[in-house]
Formats: sequence, C-alpha cells, structure tokens
Amino acid sequence: MFELSSTLLYIAFVLYLAATVFFAVSITGKKFRDRSGNENNKAGLFGYISALLALITAISYFIIRWMATGHAPVSNMFEYTTALGIAMSLAFVILYPIYKSNYLGLFTMPVVMLIIAYASMFPGEAQPLIPALQSNWLFIHVITTAIGQGILAIGFAAGVLYLVRMIDFTKASKKVKGIEFIMFTLLATIAYVAIGMGFEASGYTATFNYVNEFGEEAQMDYHLPPLVGPNEGELASEQGFSPVVNTPEYIRSNDVNTVLWSIIGGLVLYGGLRFGFRKPVAGLLQPLVRNVNPQTVDEISYRAIAIGFPVFTLGGLIFAMIWAQIAWTRFWGWDPKEVWALITFLFYAAYLHLRLSRGWQGEKSAWLCVIGFALIMFNLIFVNLIIAGLHSYA
Amino acid sequence: MNKVTCECGHKNPYGTYLCESCGKPLKDEGKLANMRYEGVARRSQTYQKSIVDKIWNFFSSVKVGIWIIVLLLVTSSLGTLFPQEMYIPPGEDPSLYYAQEYGILGQLYYDLGFHNLYSSWWYMLLIAALGISLVIASLDRFVPLYRALKNQRVTRHTAFMKKQRVYGMKENSEALDIKALSTSLKERKYNVREEDGNLLAEKGRFARWGPYVNHIGLIIFLIGGMLRFFPGMYLDDYVWIREGETEVISGTEGEYFVQNNQFLVELYDEEDNEIFQEALMREGSPVVSNYQTDATLFKRSTEGSIGSETELEKVKDHSIRVNEPLTFEGISLYQVDYRLNELSTFTFGVEIEEDGEVQALEEVVFEVDLNDPQMYYEFDNGYQIEIIEYFPNFNIDESGEPTTLNRVPDNPRIIFELYPPDADPEEDTGEISLIGVQVNEPLNEDHDHTLRMLDVEFVDVTGLTIRRDHTLPIIIAGGIIFMIGLTQGSYWFHRRIWIQQKDGQLYVAGHANKNWHALKRDIEYLREKHDLPETVDQADEEVKEKDQVNEGGRDKNV
Ligand code: HEM
Repeated sequence: MFELSSTLLYIAFVLYLAATVFFAVSITGKKFRDRSGNENNKAGLFGYISALLALITAISYFIIRWMATGHAPVSNMFEYTTALGIAMSLAFVILYPIYKSNYLGLFTMPVVMLIIAYASMFPGEAQPLIPALQSNWLFIHVITTAIGQGILAIGFAAGVLYLVRMIDFTKASKKVKGIEFIMFTLLATIAYVAIGMGFEASGYTATFNYVNEFGEEAQMDYHLPPLVGPNEGELASEQGFSPVVNTPEYIRSNDVNTVLWSIIGGLVLYGGLRFGFRKPVAGLLQPLVRNVNPQTVDEISYRAIAIGFPVFTLGGLIFAMIWAQIAWTRFWGWDPKEVWALITFLFYAAYLHLRLSRGWQGEKSAWLCVIGFALIMFNLIFVNLIIAGLHSYA
Repeated sequence: MNKVTCECGHKNPYGTYLCESCGKPLKDEGKLANMRYEGVARRSQTYQKSIVDKIWNFFSSVKVGIWIIVLLLVTSSLGTLFPQEMYIPPGEDPSLYYAQEYGILGQLYYDLGFHNLYSSWWYMLLIAALGISLVIASLDRFVPLYRALKNQRVTRHTAFMKKQRVYGMKENSEALDIKALSTSLKERKYNVREEDGNLLAEKGRFARWGPYVNHIGLIIFLIGGMLRFFPGMYLDDYVWIREGETEVISGTEGEYFVQNNQFLVELYDEEDNEIFQEALMREGSPVVSNYQTDATLFKRSTEGSIGSETELEKVKDHSIRVNEPLTFEGISLYQVDYRLNELSTFTFGVEIEEDGEVQALEEVVFEVDLNDPQMYYEFDNGYQIEIIEYFPNFNIDESGEPTTLNRVPDNPRIIFELYPPDADPEEDTGEISLIGVQVNEPLNEDHDHTLRMLDVEFVDVTGLTIRRDHTLPIIIAGGIIFMIGLTQGSYWFHRRIWIQQKDGQLYVAGHANKNWHALKRDIEYLREKHDLPETVDQADEEVKEKDQVNEGGRDKNV
C-alpha cells in the first residue's frame, strides 16, 4: 500500500507536468488556431482536466499513505511540503473556474511541481509519530494550514504573473532586478533538485572525519562533491576529494555545500538563459503574457489572499493554539515556529490594510504577494531546519 | 465646523467626499470616486483641534495601524534570532549563556533584553497601541458608515454615476421595463429599491461589517491575554509524583489529590512496526511512542468530622498522556516530564565480626524509605539504630560542610548510629557511620559491626504540570468572533448596481467592495436580458493608457 501511494505521487507529478504543457500550448497556440478560423483553443480545458486529475491522484496518494502509516501524512518535511504543493493545486482547481485564466495555470502548475520536487529531496520513508504528534489535531491543524498557505501561494503565482506582464524590461531598474532574483531562486531550486537527484542516482557518498562543535571526533557524509569541507575534515572514503576550504565547527558544512551547489547550478541555468537570449529571463516570458488583463490578475491575487487569509488564520493560529493548549499546556509559547506563523499572519493583515488605499493595488501589491510567499517558505524551510524549536521535525 | 452644502440642498459635515444624500462628489479626487466609507466624513476628518482629537486622529489612521502591525512583525522576528530565555537549557545562567553560545551578537541580544522580548515593556506597549488603534479606527468608521449605508438614496447625482469604476451610458430610446429588470435582479438575490424609474440593487451589505466584527474579536482576544496578569486568573504549577504516591493539587485549596499508580515510557519496536522499520533504523536511537501516567483523582470527603483523618474519595481514573490531560473543574494535569529509576528504598542488614569471622545478624534487617525515612529502629534482640542525619542529595558546600542540594534522593547519604544491646543510647556513643551508594565509612572508632546495604529499590517519577486558565473562555470567545468577522468580510461581498434614467439618458453604474469580477458578471447577465448600455471598467482604461506608453518600447524588442 505504501508503495502504491508513492507511485500515485509520481503519476500526479507527471499530470501536473501535462497540465503545464497544455496551459503553455493554450497560450502560445492561440494565434495559430485563429488563422484557421477556429477560435476555440481546447488546450486550456485539457490543462484544467489534467490539473484536476493530478489533484485527484495526489489526494489518493495522501489518503493511501494515511491508511498505510496510520496517521495523516503531514508529520515531516517530505510529507508537509508535498501536502503544501497539493494544497496549492487544490486552490488552483477551485479558482480556475471563476476566472478561467490559462495564464494562471501556466504560472501555478510549475510552482506546484517545484514544491513537490523539493519535498522529494527529504527522506520519504514512513516515520512513527512521537507522543506530542499523536493527536487528531495534527491533521486538523496541519491540513488547514497547508490549504491556507496553498491558497496564499496562488496569490504569489498571480503576483509574479502581474509583474512579468507589467514590468518594463527595456530599462535596467530595481524592479527588473527583483523579478530576475525571483527567477534565479526558482532556477536554483530546480538546480538543487536536479543535482541532488543526479548524484543520488549515482550513489555518491564522500565521508569525512572531522571535529564537531563539541570538540569531538565525528563523521559526516556528503552526497554531493565537497566544495567546502567540515572543520578539520579528513576524507575517509574512496569517493570524493579534499576541498580547498574547511568551514568553522559551528556550521553544518554538508548543508552549506548543498546550498553552494544549488547556487552554482542556479547561476549556470540563469546565466545560460540570460546570455543565450540576451534578455532578462522574466522578459522572455513577457511576450507570452501580453494579452493578460492586469486588472484581472491583480484581482485574482487579491482574492487568493482574501480567501487564503482566513483559512491560514484558522489552521495556522487558531487550531494551532487549541492543539498547543492540549499538548503543551499553553496555547501560546513564543516558540519560533509560532512566532513566524504570527509574523505571516501580521504580514498578510498589513497587506489587506495597505490595499485599502488605492496606491497599493497593482504592482506594489504584487510585490507584497511575493514577499508573503517568501515568508511562508522561510517558515517552512529555515525555521524548521535551522532555528530549532519544539516544532522541528527533521 | 462648517457644513458643506451640496447642490441638492443636503448639508454635509466638513470633510465629506461624496454628498451623503445624492452622491455628488464634493471634492475632486480624480477620475474615480473615492467610495471608501461611502465618501462620508469621519470624526477624524471633522475634528482636528484638541489634544484628544489629535490622539484620536493618530490612532484612527490606517497608516498608523499598518505601522503598528509592521513594527510588531519586525520586532517579533528579532526574538527568534536566538532562543528566548525560557528555551535555553535549564540551569544555564542567561547572563553567560548568550555570550558563550552566540558570541558578541548573543551578548548584545541579552543586553538589549531580547532574550525576554515578548514580555518586554515596549513589546507590551506595541500590543496596547494595536488594541487602542483597533478600537478607535473601528469606532471612527463604523458609525458614519452605518449611517451612510442606512440612509442611501436610490437616485444619485450623474456625476456620482460617472465616477464609478463600472459605468455605462447610452441614449434612452425606449422606456425601460423597470419591473422586469428588478425581477431579474431579485433572481440574482439582490435587494432592489425603486424611485422615479431609477433603481438601486444591493447585495451582501452585511459583508461590510466583517472588519468591525473581526476587530471586536481581536480586542476581546487581547483583553483575554491581558487578564492573564491578574492574580487568580492563571495557575501554572508543577508537581513530581512517585509511583504509588498521592500529592495534593495546588490551586484546589487542598480539596483534590492525584495519585500516580504507574508511570511508563513505551518505545516503538522495529519488529512490530514493519512500515516504520527504515525510519527507526536510520534514527539509530529508540523512538518513544508513549509517555503515560496512570493516575487516580481523589477528592477530600466532605463527610467525616473535622480533625479526623482526611478521607479521600475517588473521583476518577485517567491515563494522562501527552495529548490527553486529566481535566476536572477547569484544572488540567499534563504529562510533561518524568524520571525513571529514582532510588526509593534501601534495605540494610548488620554484620558482626567475631573471632575473625563475619556473620550477619539475621534479626537486624530494616528498610529506609528514602523519601520519608523513619529515624529510629529498634529490634527484638536489643539492637537500636538511629539515623542522625540524612542527605537525600549529598553535596559538600563551599564551606566544606556536608549538605543536601534538594529533597530528591539522587545521591542519598545517611549517617547511622548503631547501639548494640549492651549500650544505652542516652549515655553511650554508638558506632557512627556514613552510608550511601558505594560508600560506607565509619565516622568514629571501635566498630564491631558493619551496616551493609542489602537491597535497593527504584521507583519511576512523573512530572505533571497543573494548569488552570480562567482567561480561556474570553480568548475562545474572541477567537470565534474574530473568525466570524473574518469570514463575513472575506467570503461575502457588498455589491451595488445603480440604474438611472435622466434627460433621455440611461446610466448604469456598479460598485463592489471587492470581487469586481462577480459584479461585472451580474451586470453582464442583466445586459443579456435587458436593453442596458454597455459598461466598461474605468480602472482598465487607466491601465490601457499606461500600457500605450510602455508598448512602443516593448515592441522594439519582440
Ligand atoms: C493584527 C491586527 C488586525 C487584523 C488581523 C485586522 C484585520 C482586518 C481585516 C481582515 C480587514 C478587512 C480587510 C478587507 O476586507 O480587505 C480589516 C479592515 C480594516 N482594518 Fe483591520 N485588522 C487589524 C488591525 C487594524 C488596525 C490596528 C487598524 C487601525 C487603523 C485597522 C483598521 C482597519 C480598517 C480601517 C479597515 C477597513 C474597514 C472597512 O473596510 O470598513 N485594522 N482589518
């Protein structure tokens, strides 16, 4: 049963890819069809059907994994991140019929794929639940939060769409730098996944003996070739080589190494596109989204936030507080994860209030959607993995 | 303050954007009318003289509100840079810990008081400012908005119509069938009002109250949070209970007791959990599946005369687990900590050395309860043993004196004085020795006997948190009201459509507080059935104009 659920997730991934392709065709193929007098471009519909099938398959993955392990698959980084990707596609499937925007599909589906691909870089085996997590509130709280964040993430996709549509790429400006940075981040994530999967498939491991932060001898495994080594690291395996630089003891050097590889990979991808086409990467997309009505996209992103905010508040704060009261004796304890959920909440509250004044609609609002999504990702990745607290899973 | 008189004759308060009666713009605000709060004047715009006005105006400003939110957000994030004081390892001295662990930045963090950021005076002040701002901003807007929406007139000034975002106009060739039109609108769940062949259709007005309801919820929540600091509202205590023992529950005035029947820790077993095998192997160390205290709750019996032995009446049995506290009368007992294998009893015997042969005295065997030792033991064969000093957690203090760190028998040492049958405790000095785990030292001379530790018993101890929080009902009420308001304002929308005939022209205008898309679809639906002018979104027009400026530049590159 467990294997079946993993297979379903692969199938869902392929279907998300199909949806992306269909949405791309629906946009680029339009002129071509127009000439033959056939205005009906079915590709958008196919894209939506693919997205819907992908969602159903992904939810099947979720339910079957739940049955196999006996608990909702939202209890570690792999499971939660995957759930977030699925939730984003759920939000899309609900919002698409309202606005029928294929552009939104083109910008949402790749983000969904990227999130799920990123999730797959974490250990995916079934893990038992520690006592604190053994509660129905686990799934009530986490699933609601994931759905809320998924809807908010649509605001991000629409925001990026808005920016790509509206920014003037002919002149160098801060805005161009900003959107290019977003593109670079997305490309670096792709690079991270690709490099990680490549070396994993080849079974690469380099092992170092090193001295850890407590001054003890220890061993550390690298799954990517070591660009930087651990403190006083000595290569202990056949694979690998001795890097030029060793990091200080308080840094987890294999993680830093992975980040370095991702940045380099991202730079290669970005540089290839940037200098291959001699245009800003987001500028390459701009001709595609020419016909988008910016007013509509702005409204979509705003509605996504307006719909997602209550759901996120319910799951990420209210249900979280109820559970904390039951499991940890107090509904609020200023644990880093709690604080960052509060920050996300405050941020979107500020967004909603800023939108009350007209000057903050459109472009500024789109930037805020991007920052909001960055906060969600920060809370997911950085707070979980680096700022250790009661919540750290990994 | 001067009133502003509109051409329709209505007197508006100073600061009004759109005439309260006919809607004619009184201030030129560009192409589109400012529809926020229906263009009515708020108190903050009308009164600006006294100190009170100034304070009121300050807190009622959304700009100020946003600044407060942003300041809270930024300062909150600073507190997660390093752990808060309550999360540093127990027993660490914070004045050293931060510098040691995080260097100069850590020292700075500590010096600035960020290690207790969320209870610092200025953080509290920010939260108070948020609360005040919420109250004032809401009051400032609610009353005038309520009045304006209640007193809306159907017929509006044409200038009002023209300045709506969704707007259309055409020559009115034939008379409009108002009846049919209003039926169509009612089909779409609009409330329709009619006046001289003009229509006002309105839907979802109650969504407008969403923000006010959610702000009220927030205020109640904040008040609930504040009440925590009043005595008696919040009980946070902690109790250690050994297996088999009963402890009084604080905060119940000695009325309730809890007994720890058994404490257990269970681990996941690789063999039994095939599905988790891989994860358990990778983990390396055992993974806990359960912490549990099998407890019994007792209540002091009200019967029985005063002064007699306290009678305990059983209330209930409950297994306290991490997500399953024992709750009664607003008090909850939580499983939060434990100690396994704490020393509980020593059993001693006495050996005597006679003619070079060591012999155990079978009659002299006794147990010492390390948590509540009996201090004097007498035996049938005349031996007497006294405990002259007991150190549950033995330590030598700075002046070199033996002492105990606390009452927990982690490192128990006992000083015994043994009197053989022929000695008189009143007059003679017995054989004094200090005994502990792996320790047995005579403290005076001429010992014929040796005390031997024969057996040791252990006990598991559970650590429970005792919690009563009288603020919870208020917090819960605030949370529920907040969510209701949030839902009300986010999932419902206020839409209005004005249809007006004047001087042979037919005007249509629409306004939505959000979700313009749905409003446009409603108007589209009307146009399919009725002879209405085509409408445009005037905000789109603005974008198009901007685009034209961009367009030329972009084309060069395609
Ligand atoms: C964390 C605290 C706050 C939260 C969660 C919150 C939440 C909200 C929400 C959800 C809305 C509706 C927005 C929309 O529908 O677009 C709203 C509207 C509003 N809020 Fe707040 N708010 C907060 C603090 C404040 C503060 C401090 C002020 C003070 C200036 C304020 C003033 C307003 C105003 C004036 C409105 C518009 C009301 C209307 O449209 O009739 N809010 N708030």
